[in-house]
Amino acid sequence: MARGRRQEKILLGTRKGLIVYAGGASGWRWQGDHFLGIPVSLATVDPRSGTWWALLDHGHWGCKLHRSSDEGENWEEVEAPKYPEGEWIKEGTPATLKYLWAFAAGGPAQAGRIYIGTEPGGLFISDDNGDSFRLNRGLWDQPGRMERWFGGGRDNPGIHSIVVDPADPDHLYVGISVAGVFESTDAGVSWTPRNKGLRVDYLPDPNVEVGFDTHFLIACPARPDRMWQQNHCGIYRSDDAGASWNDVSQDEGSVRFGFAIAVDELDGDVAWVVPAVKDEYRVAVDYGLKVCRTDDGGRSWRSFDKGLPDAACYDLVYRHALDVRGDTLVFGSTTGNAFISENRGDSWHCLGNHLPPIYSCRFA
Amino acid sequence: MVYTFRIMVHVHFTSALKRFVPDLQSIDAEGTTVADVITAVETAYPGLSDYLVEENGALRKHVHIFINDAFIRDRRKLSDGIRSGDHVHIIQALSGG
Repeated sequence: MARGRRQEKILLGTRKGLIVYAGGASGWRWQGDHFLGIPVSLATVDPRSGTWWALLDHGHWGCKLHRSSDEGENWEEVEAPKYPEGEWIKEGTPATLKYLWAFAAGGPAQAGRIYIGTEPGGLFISDDNGDSFRLNRGLWDQPGRMERWFGGGRDNPGIHSIVVDPADPDHLYVGISVAGVFESTDAGVSWTPRNKGLRVDYLPDPNVEVGFDTHFLIACPARPDRMWQQNHCGIYRSDDAGASWNDVSQDEGSVRFGFAIAVDELDGDVAWVVPAVKDEYRVAVDYGLKVCRTDDGGRSWRSFDKGLPDAACYDLVYRHALDVRGDTLVFGSTTGNAFISENRGDSWHCLGNHLPPIYSCRFA
Repeated sequence: MVYTFRIMVHVHFTSALKRFVPDLQSIDAEGTTVADVITAVETAYPGLSDYLVEENGALRKHVHIFINDAFIRDRRKLSDGIRSGDHVHIIQALSGG
């Protein structure tokens, strides 16, 4: 590693804390942990400042938010977002913070602007690097929120994906399970559902505008009009910034259901998924792990399993537990296994086999 | 002449909270209800009440409060009355793996 170059890290948000791996000349090594014993729903970094963020779910003591400006040497708890008094999830159910589920940094010129996505469906915005938050009214006050948004894997609707357009920080997307994709072009003042072309096979009326189970939503950083989502009902690509979606799942084959999806930083045609058996099973396909990659926008998929378990395997990869940086990918599973690839997913080697259930993997 | 009586209770915390507030110790609190006790706890240890109650003031699901040896009844508004000399115990149900 070059002298003076910042050491690359991987942050794992797990059921038993934030676990850090550090990269170096001899490969990736376990470095330690933070918040031992406390579930970390997401651990990530603000690329503008290098600030590490840990979204905690104590269960007993509620959801907490911590930040570190020195790569985990010291942590500071900041007051987690709060729902204003008098807000409701549904008629008769007061809105309180249930889960911190998504983090996004604002644009490069928006110092201090961060977004937090939560269950039960509120998007919170801070302009002082998390010292204070406000509920985004435009999304929370969407017509039909109380009637048409609902919980999927969690008890209530939740925002798990936030996309900030690199070219225009006022241009935002959120992915909500279960509601779908919403877009704002005015910094969150107003939002429009963007679910055209998505399938919904669990509702009596398939022709709804809202009610889609987007599992994870991303955009290619270098080409943000090229978006991808792993949905409950398939894998979708958009070539027009979410205005319409094309099903790129395999007709025959296992590339259809899953939670995580990653897109190449430069080439919007290249994406990775980790397929699972839907829907009531949610386990690895054929008792083995594989990562599938498309190099042509989803027209075809190649399956890679070199270095991954191929028998007696039940691993499931959650939505935030797959990340890519350059040619390097990392993912972690609910069974506590983590794997890394240095060649765009062609082959893999193990980071750890005895980790806690993994909720998130992020390069830092 | 009007005589006022201050109601003072003793508040005890589960040791699990010391992880977040290392200098946490039992305190004496003044008031008439459990909600007043939580206010006093927040005054003594800023930020601690967020660990005990949700933003609408309701007791968190796995947090329990006893007045002497009895569970409080009103977990939503914490309106249970307290009497001078009561011991208020704030505990947590640890669970799961």
